[in-house]
Amino acid sequence: MPGASYTVTSKETEASLGDYFALLKPRVMSLVIFTAFVGMLAAPISVHPVVGFASILFIAVGAGASGALNMWWDADMDAVMKRTAKRPIPAGKVQPGEALYLGAALSGMAVMMLALSSNLLAAGLLAFTIFFYAVIYTMWLKRSTSQNIVIGGAAGAFPPLIGWVVATGSMSIEGWLMFALIFIWTPPHFWALALFMRSDYDDAGVPMMTVTHGRPSTRRHILGYTIVLFILAVGTGFTSIGGPIYLLSAVILNMLFLKGAYDIWSRDENISETDNYAAERKFFKLSLLYLFLHFGAILAEALLRPWGLGGW
Amino acid sequence: MALKVEHEIHQRRKGRNVGVGLMLGMFVVLVLALTFTKITSGDFELPKANEIAQ
Repeated sequence: MPGASYTVTSKETEASLGDYFALLKPRVMSLVIFTAFVGMLAAPISVHPVVGFASILFIAVGAGASGALNMWWDADMDAVMKRTAKRPIPAGKVQPGEALYLGAALSGMAVMMLALSSNLLAAGLLAFTIFFYAVIYTMWLKRSTSQNIVIGGAAGAFPPLIGWVVATGSMSIEGWLMFALIFIWTPPHFWALALFMRSDYDDAGVPMMTVTHGRPSTRRHILGYTIVLFILAVGTGFTSIGGPIYLLSAVILNMLFLKGAYDIWSRDENISETDNYAAERKFFKLSLLYLFLHFGAILAEALLRPWGLGGW
Repeated sequence: MALKVEHEIHQRRKGRNVGVGLMLGMFVVLVLALTFTKITSGDFELPKANEIAQ
């Protein structure tokens, strides 16, 4: 058990509230809140504001809880990587056991409260998401397969579907399309990061594709996934959650994304090292904007619909 | 090192306790609001007397 075996060496043991909050991965939580919110508003059935607020809050708490469980298990790995060395456990501010208890308690609370505020299907999906991220991804796939990011990406893709289920009580193609958008987006996003943060993943022994399959293969995979994402993202524009605003945004963003992936594919390590991975860094930054603007466009369509402007 | 009555650790602990207290308070308010919303919504029905007796 990697997380349980990790010991805090620092004398600093009195954590502040902010340290515990940092265990919940606030930046990931903000993405979860946004995508779950969009999923809920894009649904054809409206939700009472109090129910909607509470449900989004419990989805976010559930996501944060899985983040705490991830930090508990991965503390040894986080201590090695520059990007994660300042997290509360490797920094010596929080004990691994505290992260485990916080994560487990918040997981149970979030699932039960979501069942009460919305419905059992949404709560079941949240429970599955936490299990998938904490157990399937963190404890199993992350350290054992180069497909860790591909399969593990599903955990981050569930929030808009849960938001949709909170409103409708059922899963439909539109909810799954939002899921697929994040699911297919995740691998190129993280592989671009792995290309320019090379020593971090190597040092920690994470079997990223850059290590197991080589960097040229990773570049090909980024392009391949981006082509699939192009078809999926533009295709979503013709469903009930799409509309002219979404379709125009998707076409522009996917053209830019495809151009970025092509640039990464067409260069080799020598070229990348001369400009300090400029194309890979640019693609990574664009990927953040890509996801935000796609969901922003779905939200715009949903908000304009009551005035007869959004959708088809 | 001079012994201070109010050590930095005490301040941090106090901040943590106040934070947890506030969160619990907000949670109670949220559950109350949620309960009120649910029982005032159109599809809420009180259980019938014979169902309670069983």
